Amino acid sequence: MTTPPQSFLELRDLRIHFPTEDGLVKSVDGLSFKLDRGKTLGIVGESGSGKSVTSLGILGLHKGGGAKISGEIWLDGEELVTADQDHVRTLRGKKMAMIFQDPLSSMHPYYSVGAQIIEAYRIHHKVSKAVARKHAIDLLGRVGIPQPDKRVDDYPHQFSGGMRQRAMIAMSLSCDPELLIADEPTTALDVTVQAQILDLMTDLQREFNSALIIITHDLGVVAELSDDILVMYGGKCIEYGSAEDIFYRPEHPYTWGLLGSMPRLDREPTERLLPIKGTPPSLINVPSGCAFNPRCTFTDRTEGRSTSEVPELAETEGGHLVRCHMSREERRSIWDNEIKPMMEST
Amino acid sequence: MPGSDPPGHPGRTIVVAFIVRRVIAAVLMLAVVSAATFAIFFLIPRALGQTPEGMASRYVGRDATPEAIQGAVKRMHLDDPILVQYGRFAQGIVAGQDYSLGPKKAECPAPCFGFSFNNNQPVWPTLLDRLPATLSLAFGAAIVWLISGVGIGVISALRRGTLLDRTAMTVALAGVSLPIYFTGLVSLSVFAYTLGIFPGGGSYTPITQNPVMWFQALILPWITLAFLYAALYARLTRAGMLETMSEDYIRTARAKGLKESTVVVKHALRATLTPILTIFGLDLGLLLGGAVLTESTFSIQGIGKLVIDAIRGNDLPVVLGVTLFAAFFIVLANLIVDILYAVVDPRVRLS
Repeated sequence: MTTPPQSFLELRDLRIHFPTEDGLVKSVDGLSFKLDRGKTLGIVGESGSGKSVTSLGILGLHKGGGAKISGEIWLDGEELVTADQDHVRTLRGKKMAMIFQDPLSSMHPYYSVGAQIIEAYRIHHKVSKAVARKHAIDLLGRVGIPQPDKRVDDYPHQFSGGMRQRAMIAMSLSCDPELLIADEPTTALDVTVQAQILDLMTDLQREFNSALIIITHDLGVVAELSDDILVMYGGKCIEYGSAEDIFYRPEHPYTWGLLGSMPRLDREPTERLLPIKGTPPSLINVPSGCAFNPRCTFTDRTEGRSTSEVPELAETEGGHLVRCHMSREERRSIWDNEIKPMMEST
Repeated sequence: MPGSDPPGHPGRTIVVAFIVRRVIAAVLMLAVVSAATFAIFFLIPRALGQTPEGMASRYVGRDATPEAIQGAVKRMHLDDPILVQYGRFAQGIVAGQDYSLGPKKAECPAPCFGFSFNNNQPVWPTLLDRLPATLSLAFGAAIVWLISGVGIGVISALRRGTLLDRTAMTVALAGVSLPIYFTGLVSLSVFAYTLGIFPGGGSYTPITQNPVMWFQALILPWITLAFLYAALYARLTRAGMLETMSEDYIRTARAKGLKESTVVVKHALRATLTPILTIFGLDLGLLLGGAVLTESTFSIQGIGKLVIDAIRGNDLPVVLGVTLFAAFFIVLANLIVDILYAVVDPRVRLS
């Protein structure tokens, strides 16, 4: 079981549980996926679905939180869950780096932008401050900061939101990471800046041939960038496939809901969005059976198994995985005859 | 506007402008303090019905003749309009004052707070005379409490919920709650009079006379005074560290691959210490005006002891002098803290 995989990054049955006074919070509960160099994986889900916890878990940033981690995380032939945490630390920032959601709160307010990039570079490279500073200016220029030799001494609060996110990206890229995880990289930005940042990230990914994980609740973002998409619900993967699979042949009722609640330009403005009813499940008292069953409109088609039996994540076709009790034929038929026409109707 | 800085000198003009503004504000504050002090000592008694003679009688001692009282009124110009009196009072502080009347010489050099009733000496030299003891006590205690308080606070925050944390916080609660005259007397009784490790009360020696004696005599007062503040600072630091450690930028620092010790010291402590610096400046400023309880408990002839003795002896000019002197230190400490804050926190320079 514990043989190193061929893929650059592979998660095997990753579980991250937090013991709390109210009970065990199963933030990530049996997650597996693979990702190769040069490829992009989009992880999609609502707040509390476990997507951010997954990314922090890969970086090994949960040690202090009292989290219980099990499963395997393979990065370039190395297993990280059981590895020496001090060794994992030396990989952080160098082999794997992270772009955080809110660049204002994610950068230290008391240090200049340049100083923070210089620090990130000098952790992993034994160079003088002057050399690191040149590198920081180069990076800031590459991510599109005008006059980088002057702005390098500015503090985060002197940057605009978009520039801060660029600086954050420059900091993450300072050591040419092979795995880059972007956690809601554009959520705090306005739409025009979002597009620029996404373009920048894909350009840089191509340049470095790095593996990229984009975590978001915005399907529009992953549609543009991802090769593969993983939909998370209640700490579990409920659907996984290529971007085409997820957007053109989705088979899980939750994915249908996500697609239906996405505003689209090709729809009539008068058309109502189709929100998913209910709220995300509690991660302590996960609904019995399928975690999505309280919000699912198709539970009557599972012969009562939806509340009694946890569905398996099963392959439907060519690497497209779905966790649902309904038969493949039934799901296809619902999508083709009920959901798709409703979303396309005018 | 940050964009208007000359290139290569980010924020320098802003910092200079900031310092100038704060210095002007501090001088104005001192003027207000002097007016308030004057009002307390001269205006309020008049408003409550004191006559100039009644006020003058306190300057000539018991069983004074009417002539002596009239002389004092003349000498102190107590029958002048109140604004003129304040002008004279302020002038005395800035430029000195000559209270000589006829053959009786009474020159009071600047800064003039008047003459002590006790020994007829100008107040200012007495204050200067008492200052070293207070400085020694305050700065020594400040070093002790800053190091121990912040250190314990950081360790408690990092080991939250452990026995160490709970013990430290319980001791800290005791430290905040126990008054100095209690902890001071107990420590004197145990360590000085029973065990004889440290010298007892009243053994303070100026550092210029005997540095070793100076140090030995101050150990107990330092620890006693620092205990109170260290307890407070430990609790503040712990709360601040807990808050800072959950900040997003701490997660970023870890994601860079920094060692945990660097994350704690360079990233978390730096942000935590800034608000503590403010409180530290004010506490130290307050203490420089006299640590009344500690100085009294250990019979250290500092400014706090001076003012307590002056209050007991109704020695108004000394009380007035110490009041202004202490206010000066608080304003000065505020000024220094503001400037340091601008150096430490780049965001302050803009506002």
